[in-house]
Amino acid sequence: MVCIQEEKIDVQEILNSVIVPEAGGVDVFIGTTRNHSRGENVLALSYEAYVPMALELLRGIEKELHLRWNVHKVSIVHRIGDVPVTEASVVIAVSADHRAEAFSACRYAIDTLKKDVPIWKKERFENGEVWAENAEAKLAEKK
Amino acid sequence: MKITVIFFAGAREAVGESDVTVELHENATANDVLDFFSSRFGAMKQIRPYVRVAVNQSYVLNDYALHDGDEVAIIPPVSGG
Repeated sequence: MVCIQEEKIDVQEILNSVIVPEAGGVDVFIGTTRNHSRGENVLALSYEAYVPMALELLRGIEKELHLRWNVHKVSIVHRIGDVPVTEASVVIAVSADHRAEAFSACRYAIDTLKKDVPIWKKERFENGEVWAENAEAKLAEKK
Repeated sequence: MKITVIFFAGAREAVGESDVTVELHENATANDVLDFFSSRFGAMKQIRPYVRVAVNQSYVLNDYALHDGDEVAIIPPVSGG
């Protein structure tokens, strides 16, 4: 299941969505908004997305996880709009027979999301604001 | 041909619009779209080396040949997660 939403993410609900009797391990990654960046205090953060393309790429990541790892269920949820500091901006949950697959697949999902999925974060500081850029995304663009 | 160009994040701020319809010559490529906006908006010219282009919601290379009615998105470096 993949989703982009403005509402606060219910982590327990995402976790529940991947738990199946066949799974022996569930890995969850939670990306939370941080109160500092570039050595300055972040006052507020907001996200925007190219929603239809972002959903398509997230569905692609979900499919790839199923092809490359022996995973049972995958849920990827990204929040957009204003996200207060300490709240989750992204939650990825993966269930698998064993932990190694769950860990690897979950890590691949967040790494790929940060590199390719068209979602942007604006950080507001006391004296200005800036669009953040993921290091992974900058590498991707040099290819 | 007529195409719709949509802008996100820093690219939208560079152009001051979230979407624009433009008329381009036949055989136009993604690169021609970047040329079109870079020549009109200084801020777009500055970020041009860092943006990626998507056509109909898939990333393409800059030499991708466009078709009438395409939706072309200008994608600055992403920062999801």
